[in-house]
Amino acid sequence: MKPLNQIRFLLRITRTHGIVRRYFVVNGFDGALTMLGLIMGFVLSSSADLSVIITACLGAAIALGVSGVSSAYVSEQAELRRALGELEDAMIADLHDSAHGEATRWVPLLIALVNGTAPLIISLLIISPLWLSKAGISLFISPLYAAIIIAFLLIFLLGVFLGRVSGISWLRSGFQTLLIALATVLLIYLFAGG
Amino acid sequence: MVSVKRLVLDILKPHQPNALEFSCTLAKVGDDYHVSLTVIEVDENTETIQVVIEGNNINFEAIQSAINDMSGSLHSIDVVEVQSEADKE
Repeated sequence: MKPLNQIRFLLRITRTHGIVRRYFVVNGFDGALTMLGLIMGFVLSSSADLSVIITACLGAAIALGVSGVSSAYVSEQAELRRALGELEDAMIADLHDSAHGEATRWVPLLIALVNGTAPLIISLLIISPLWLSKAGISLFISPLYAAIIIAFLLIFLLGVFLGRVSGISWLRSGFQTLLIALATVLLIYLFAGG
Repeated sequence: MVSVKRLVLDILKPHQPNALEFSCTLAKVGDDYHVSLTVIEVDENTETIQVVIEGNNINFEAIQSAINDMSGSLHSIDVVEVQSEADKE
């Protein structure tokens, strides 16, 4: 079986398709809002050097990635081991070498990778204007505002993705998540702006 | 030499892989296997199925290995049809 088909098969027999999708959105959203909050904080403080901002954002992005990988791996491994144990009790057989045994070993790793890479990649995309600016590439607007625009765009796209998954209007779903991002910005402005 | 022509197997398996995927995987074990699967009983985590496999020379070990790989458990061999080379002539 081809690797991609094998992954699909293992996700199907453990019924974890939805979990992977959910983790991608939940932690991707976490990453986007964390970066948005950090950058908003730097916009409001208006005195930090660009390299300081990049280091702070990169540190947060890596921490989100590591947290995503480790937490998902530990929890999903426990859940799938429990499910395998229940299935073994029902089958009165050792399923360690079967497809379900293989899935119990590999699916937590796959879910952990999705859970960790989603916030990491989204965070890196959001801080990309800061890197470009530091590399000497001139942007039309301030790199911090460009990063905020990318954060809004990615949050909108996550909403679009959710809309397509749930079968509701992608535009409505996209604007819903965008509204959450706007509310976050407003809260930061209210509490940190003064 | 004796060739196995038909087997009727009683198997306990989890709900996933489903009946279609299970029978397709068994059919792929041989070049000319014809597989017919009937779900006999469905429980909370498992289902009991009856599988009829027909072919010119069924490899029972390969079938059993495919069943185990899909987390199935062979409970019994209910019907067997075999043919010796001498019978063919």
